[in-house]
Amino acid sequence: MRKLREFIIEKLVLLCGLASIFFVVLIFLFLLREGLAVFQSISPSAFLAGKSWYPISEPPLLGILPLILGSLVVTFGAALISVPIGVGCAIYIAEIAPKRLKEILKAGIELLAAIPSVVLGFIGMVTLVPLVKTVFHLPTGLTALSGSIMLAFMAMPTIVSIAEDALYSIPKTYKEGALAMGATHWQAIWRVMLRAASSGILAAIMLGIGRVIGETMAVMMITGNAAVIPHSLFVPVRTLTATIAAEMGEAVIGSEHYFALFAIGIVLFVISFAINVTADLFLHKRQ
Amino acid sequence: MNPYRTQRIAFSLLFMANALILLLVGFVVVVIVQKGLPAITWQFLSDVPRQGMRAGGIFPAIVGTLYLVGGAIVFALPIGLLAAIYLSEYAKDNLLTRLIKLSIVNLAGVPSVVYGLFGLALFVVFFKFGASILSGSLTLGIMILPLIITASREALESVPQSFREVSLSLGASKWQTIQHIVLPNAIPGILTGTILGLGRAAGETAPILFTVAAFYLPLLPGSIFDQVMALPYHLYVISTQVPNVDEKIRYGTAFVLLALVLFMNLVAIIIRYKFRMKKKW
Repeated sequence: MRKLREFIIEKLVLLCGLASIFFVVLIFLFLLREGLAVFQSISPSAFLAGKSWYPISEPPLLGILPLILGSLVVTFGAALISVPIGVGCAIYIAEIAPKRLKEILKAGIELLAAIPSVVLGFIGMVTLVPLVKTVFHLPTGLTALSGSIMLAFMAMPTIVSIAEDALYSIPKTYKEGALAMGATHWQAIWRVMLRAASSGILAAIMLGIGRVIGETMAVMMITGNAAVIPHSLFVPVRTLTATIAAEMGEAVIGSEHYFALFAIGIVLFVISFAINVTADLFLHKRQ
Repeated sequence: MNPYRTQRIAFSLLFMANALILLLVGFVVVVIVQKGLPAITWQFLSDVPRQGMRAGGIFPAIVGTLYLVGGAIVFALPIGLLAAIYLSEYAKDNLLTRLIKLSIVNLAGVPSVVYGLFGLALFVVFFKFGASILSGSLTLGIMILPLIITASREALESVPQSFREVSLSLGASKWQTIQHIVLPNAIPGILTGTILGLGRAAGETAPILFTVAAFYLPLLPGSIFDQVMALPYHLYVISTQVPNVDEKIRYGTAFVLLALVLFMNLVAIIIRYKFRMKKKW
């Protein structure tokens, strides 16, 4: 009796253990199921490289290049801001800050991670957007730049916490060795520790970028949502995520538009999958 | 240049990076509290939205969010906890375990709007649940699963190995050991993870956009197959979709949402802190 019970429980636990694999596969299958249908009416290359996104014109034009470029521009801008600041924060927290300050800084970063993205989007709308508009004398503040700044801010918790872990897990002897050779603390950080932690920091940056590409609400609220190919940071853009969120409500289930939005979902899923697997490899290389 | 001067400059720059983030976080919180708090009245919290959401309160949205979060946790906690038990107590160091861990990482990295698509395709369309509390809760539940698994696993793994050995050596079976020895010692950590999951589910908008959220629905839900309003979606709606909403109502809604999420985080932090104090090993 007891053996039977142990056996059943063990299998049940295993089943739940497998649930995460099951759900990842299920997500991918259902995206494929709904998304691949779009390729009956448009070729994959025309979908990915098409320059016009007019999903409700007749016939619909379903080229997502403007959306891909929109995502790229915003992500690039966000990475440019968040990587130096984020890694800098991580170094300071891991190496320099006194214990009390360290706790405060970590709590602040955790607080940031907890704020819902729609709240940040709202705050961005009422503060950042008008600021960008007046500082750069633009007709509208709803631009890729506003999105980049906001996303850089939102990627910070990911970058800081993972980079800090990476720095923290370097053997103490590395730093002590450098200091014993007469290096200053900064020289030890810059020339020894950053290099030793490089794969972990790279993973942190990649996961931060993954966070940025996948972010939806804040981006939709402050980037202006114009599905045209962007030529600078100072114009409204529309990202892949915002397109799905903004248009799915109006798309008729089973229409080409509906399938196309799922196909965008496939693109996003593949990107996040690639980023997470690569980042995971980097994190494991370290151990 | 003098290496000590370089160091001073570098350290000040790093400090400024941190100060910048901290200031911005503080700014966001202070602005919302300062402008949102005056909007909070009993009527705002207990009344339905009126005049095209330009007046009245946000009661249906609060109730909707509570339902969704409750549903998500009912689904995600048992599965997540058992998955964590598998990883910490049963799993061997093999390819399967590696695959499971990789899936958890991936599940955590899937963009929230893709969860929305998935929920739409699976629950709303395929299972024909329609846009409903059930579809929304399940979608949110799958989304917070990796968070709960990771937190629970850490909690389980931090229980010292010797506890298990003693229990097993006294003749307890593996499951008895887990049930009576490992789980009770891991409960604070599991609770912390669960509450953080609740907070995450409460604040997410994209997964509920097409699976449950109603634009305007003053009625409270009668069953799990009804649509509801939800706080994050309501904030999105009144700040972008409906023109001329009084700023006070927007800030008030943002304040309630932020307060709800931060309150959950605070509870989680307090549990973690108390547990650390009491920890005997």
